[in-house]
Amino acid sequence: MNTSAQPNMPASMVSVGGGESRKSKSTGNVKMSAKDVKVFYGDAQAINGIDIDIYENEVLAFIGPSGCGKSTFLRCLNRMNDTIDICRVEGEITLDKKDIYAPDRDVVLLRAQVGIVFQKPNPFPKSIYENIAYGPRLHGLAKRKAELDDIVESSLRRAGLWDEVKDRLDQPGTGLSGGQQQRLCIARTIAVSPDIILMDEPCSALDPIATGKVEQLIDELSESYTIVMVTHNMQQAARVADRTAFFHMGDLIEVDRTDTIFTNPHNQRTHDYITGRYG
Amino acid sequence: MTNLALIATLLMIMALAYHLGLTRSRAVAAEHDVRMHSRPGYYGTLVALWCGLPAIALFLLWSFLAPQLIDMLVTQQVPAEFVAGMSERELTTFLRRVTALANERSVSGGGSPEELAAAAHMARLQTFENLSLVALMAVLAVTGLVYARRNISPQWRARNQVERVITIALAASSGIAIFTTVGIVLSMLGETLKFFTFISPAEFFLGTTWNPRFSTSGTDAQGEFGLLPLLWGTMMVSAIALLIAIPVGLMTAIYMAEYAPPWLRNVAKPMIEILAGIPTIVYGFFALMVIGPFLSNFGDLIGINIRTTSALTAGIAMGIMIIPFVSSLSDDIITQVPKSLRDGALGLGATKSETIRQVVLPAALPGIVGAFLLAASRAIGETMIVVLAAGNNPVLHANPFEAVSTITVTIVNQLTGDMDFASPQSLVAFALGLTLFVITLGLNVIALVVVRKFRQQYE
Repeated sequence: MNTSAQPNMPASMVSVGGGESRKSKSTGNVKMSAKDVKVFYGDAQAINGIDIDIYENEVLAFIGPSGCGKSTFLRCLNRMNDTIDICRVEGEITLDKKDIYAPDRDVVLLRAQVGIVFQKPNPFPKSIYENIAYGPRLHGLAKRKAELDDIVESSLRRAGLWDEVKDRLDQPGTGLSGGQQQRLCIARTIAVSPDIILMDEPCSALDPIATGKVEQLIDELSESYTIVMVTHNMQQAARVADRTAFFHMGDLIEVDRTDTIFTNPHNQRTHDYITGRYG
Repeated sequence: MTNLALIATLLMIMALAYHLGLTRSRAVAAEHDVRMHSRPGYYGTLVALWCGLPAIALFLLWSFLAPQLIDMLVTQQVPAEFVAGMSERELTTFLRRVTALANERSVSGGGSPEELAAAAHMARLQTFENLSLVALMAVLAVTGLVYARRNISPQWRARNQVERVITIALAASSGIAIFTTVGIVLSMLGETLKFFTFISPAEFFLGTTWNPRFSTSGTDAQGEFGLLPLLWGTMMVSAIALLIAIPVGLMTAIYMAEYAPPWLRNVAKPMIEILAGIPTIVYGFFALMVIGPFLSNFGDLIGINIRTTSALTAGIAMGIMIIPFVSSLSDDIITQVPKSLRDGALGLGATKSETIRQVVLPAALPGIVGAFLLAASRAIGETMIVVLAAGNNPVLHANPFEAVSTITVTIVNQLTGDMDFASPQSLVAFALGLTLFVITLGLNVIALVVVRKFRQQYE
């Protein structure tokens, strides 16, 4: 780690791991914004009031010890927590300046706009083709079979899976390897053309080679999508994220450019966590 | 000495043997100042087993063989000219009456002099047999006890031997169920083959007329034994039942598994399952008293002639009965579909019902089909509802508003009242029973295979 960086030095001047790991992307418009978000599971409070802005086309990583609320917060961003009966969300989350928890908000459209990829690959027990075609069919994105074929092919291509599966699109998605399944799930999410892709520890069930492929994919996708990912792997955050947020015990401790977080964190707890003091 | 007292005494002796073995093993240990191979309790158990098992085995063998031996001896003693003219069946009846007399039960007609003489002889033989059994068992028990107790030594692996006896006992218990099933099937098969000596299989399986006549009307009046009207009736009633039970049961299951709040689920699920606990005879008269008249009136209203007892009446009652089979099994299977699949669909922007229809149900389909097949085999084997409500009309027709008869009803008809187990009229029941068994067995096997395939998918 570069310890010579001065506290007030502009973050962009600090490099991580000695290499040019991330392109320098200027912060764009605010895509999503959370204000004083609190989450409760029954009586237990899981998140204690979080404020954060998510910028367009950035890769934002959430890190922190287990149970710190990072996955819970991620799932608030497309209201996946609605499926948990005892879960209650307070505060305001906006997407393009519109409240996503507003009573008249259509959660179906929200989830088409904010896609999610889960920790464990969860392909549907259908063919590879049907797995990808499911979302576009749901939202009526293709009028003809040929259009649907195009969406399936381009989604699989963008997920880097096309060459591996193009000859067996009719075979079950569950028959792929773990890494392929996860890329299938990413392709499935891309197929509905979301603006934002949420990823909940997308590599934690994968081996290092599959992880490498998914990370490369995230890097490519960040050209056209906003990506928010939860990860347990700090090297992964350092490799792929533009900005990194550190969560601890339901609080957002610090969010900054990834290189700043990893070289020169402002908060002592962040420093302790990334240097392996705990977590 | 009655058998009950005999076994009770033996158990007491075994308890004593346990105690003797236990104390003896401690004494041996103290005497040689060594560690025994097993804990004292195992030596006690082993001595008790040596004491009890041979005696019990003898007891079982004896109760099986002795009556036959006595029957043989009694028959030999009866004047030959009296037995000579008897057919095999008359001889069996004779022996049954003699046995009853010997055990001081009354028989119809009070018993002829020959029967009374034979009964007295049998009673003497029984007393002798009983005493010798007691004596032999006592000898075996004591010998076993003494032998095993003598054998107790530090090297004797009592624990391993007890474990082996336990394994054998457990295996024997599971064997009982299996052998009973095999036995029932074989006996049905035997009787069925006997039936096929009267009626050819082709005539039975392909015949379209069911008119067995009564056995009392003479041997020349053979009757017609066509299975098809009965099979058709069975299928028609079962199909109506499934048409009702599958949609209602499946929708109930979906509601319970996916929509119902926990408190409602906790209350409603047991209540639905109670439906399965209502005795089928109750469904039968419910069908007869309520559903039948209602359908009949409703038919009058819309100008269709619906019989009070018809395939429809029985089918509806049976459908209600099997709703809980469908709903309970489907519910379990739907709940087993992993949450991650639901999340996947919801995360793509599917609504709840889209998720259920397009992802959850297809994933659960093999299991649900298994539930349907189990419900179907239950419907096909159902008896009491159809006896009361289907109208017993074994005629081949396709009108569900008319009375029909089913395989099960016909078995009941053929086996109630005066029976002659050598006539095709009674033997046909076995052929029908075997047919039914093969159908339900087939459905069950398919259902199990399908359900297992589903389980493998997610485990």
